[in-house]
Amino acid sequence: MEKSLNWREFVITRAIKASGYSAIVFVLLIFVFLMREGLPALGEVEAGNLLSIRWYPIEEMFGILPLITGSIIVTIGAALIAVPFGIGTAVFISEIAPRWVREILKPLVELLGGLPSVVLGFLGILVLSPFLRVFLDLPTGLTAFTGSLLLGGIAVPTVVSVAEDALDAVPRAYREGAWALGATRWQTIWRVTLPAARSGVLTAVMLGIGRAIGETMTVMMVTGNAPVLALKLGSLFSPVRTMTATIAAEMGEVANGSTHYHVLFFIGIVLFLISLGVNIAASSVVFRAKKRAERILS
Amino acid sequence: MMKPTFSLNRHLVQRLGFAGLTVMAFLTVLPIVAVVVYIVVQGAPAISWEFLSGFPRGGMREGGILPAIIGTLYLTIGTAIFSVPLGIAAAIYLSEYAADTPLTRTIRIAIINLAGIPSVVYGLFGLGLFVLFLRFGTSILAASLTLSIMTLPVIISTAEEALRSVPQAFRTVSISLGATRWQTIRRIVLKEALPGIITGVILGLERAAGETAPILFTGAAFFLPRLPGSPFDATMALPYHLFVISTQVPEMPIQIQYGTALVLLVFVLTMNVIATFIRSRARAKRQW
Repeated sequence: MEKSLNWREFVITRAIKASGYSAIVFVLLIFVFLMREGLPALGEVEAGNLLSIRWYPIEEMFGILPLITGSIIVTIGAALIAVPFGIGTAVFISEIAPRWVREILKPLVELLGGLPSVVLGFLGILVLSPFLRVFLDLPTGLTAFTGSLLLGGIAVPTVVSVAEDALDAVPRAYREGAWALGATRWQTIWRVTLPAARSGVLTAVMLGIGRAIGETMTVMMVTGNAPVLALKLGSLFSPVRTMTATIAAEMGEVANGSTHYHVLFFIGIVLFLISLGVNIAASSVVFRAKKRAERILS
Repeated sequence: MMKPTFSLNRHLVQRLGFAGLTVMAFLTVLPIVAVVVYIVVQGAPAISWEFLSGFPRGGMREGGILPAIIGTLYLTIGTAIFSVPLGIAAAIYLSEYAADTPLTRTIRIAIINLAGIPSVVYGLFGLGLFVLFLRFGTSILAASLTLSIMTLPVIISTAEEALRSVPQAFRTVSISLGATRWQTIRRIVLKEALPGIITGVILGLERAAGETAPILFTGAAFFLPRLPGSPFDATMALPYHLFVISTQVPEMPIQIQYGTALVLLVFVLTMNVIATFIRSRARAKRQW
């Protein structure tokens, strides 16, 4: 009895430890398989071609610049919406709203996070883009702007929940000190609470942007799928094509192992590295802030 | 020193500021409610027994969406089979075993990164590893495995949070009564953390059920005249079906599109509501 129990504990403990390491294994596996399928693109396509401004795979033109600028312009638009609304809502929920309002708002924002992106894309096609076409008098409603609006909505829950956590973590004594000095609640929010939570809020913004860059289905459905270089502000109101949408739209139709297939994986590598950079930056901000707090406390 | 007008101003500023933030929060939430209500209103007329239990007919422009519903069910269950045990075990490791070493910090950074990888990149990875390298083909198995890895960070981080919220004294007492470490974890810590873990699992699976991009090249089928018979078959799925009928099929009746969107929404929202309910009930009942 005693012995079998020890043996079972040993096996279970080992299994649990192995599972603990699984996240590292998966990140490495993803990296290895993206490299394996994507790096051959560098040998098959000349650098000049890859960095050109023409994406036209049928003619062997694989310029990924239009796709990168497409992703950037849609993401900037989304950030311009998600950052103010996300932080504003987080401040409202954590600092201003009465308890019962908070209990309603929080699940609703979480619900938005759970809405399938394909449903938002679907409504984008049927409702939002016809409306924008008439309202803004555009030749088509399927533009970068339409994508930005919906992507902003998709990124908001991320920003709200991370920023709200950061605001909640600010000790109550900070606020009470400010009030005792005669500051209004509004002044306290802007000059004490938000600055104290700034690293967490910054993390929220970065994770929100990361969410927006990686979003696929909504963007593919509503941004018009035109791989043209988007450098001017006016491009916001014309069709574009993002990196994610290109992979999703074209991978189903390419032959495995072809040049086009390798280039799509190469775009995947670029996306992977961007998300890696954003997330490592976001988490290092948190770690740095924690260290600073420890210094102050000790 | 302070002039009364200035004091009046700052209270006016506060009032305007609060009003502004209230409007902002309202504008953030309103579209969510509007989207749900709009899809319910537009989609409800399409819902009938035939729609829910029939196969698509006439180039998918008539009939039902049964294969898509069953497919999403299979994918969700398949995802759960892989990601739930692995995710909970990893959470137990992080909460109960791991010391604060560089290795543990690396694990945490890996989890954060897994959570941030774009869904379409998971699709590429699934295609490269499961479909081609391991030769599972475009199948429920490959798609479920891909979705599992995507779901893993959500399950790990919520389960870990639930485990950590169990007071340390519970563990100390259990160990002091002669229980082994694993007995303590299984009978005390896991039991107390269960509602939180279930909430995290459901929220993770909810995301998997609604995703399209990871299954595009790993397991989704455009149209199947029958239900999938084994894990090695491709399958239709609700999110992919909605994508197909709203972009790839010309002259698609609008009612079927809204009906499909409604079924997907109900599928996902039911999971969301159950998760929220379990969490709030557990919080209300908690005595520590």
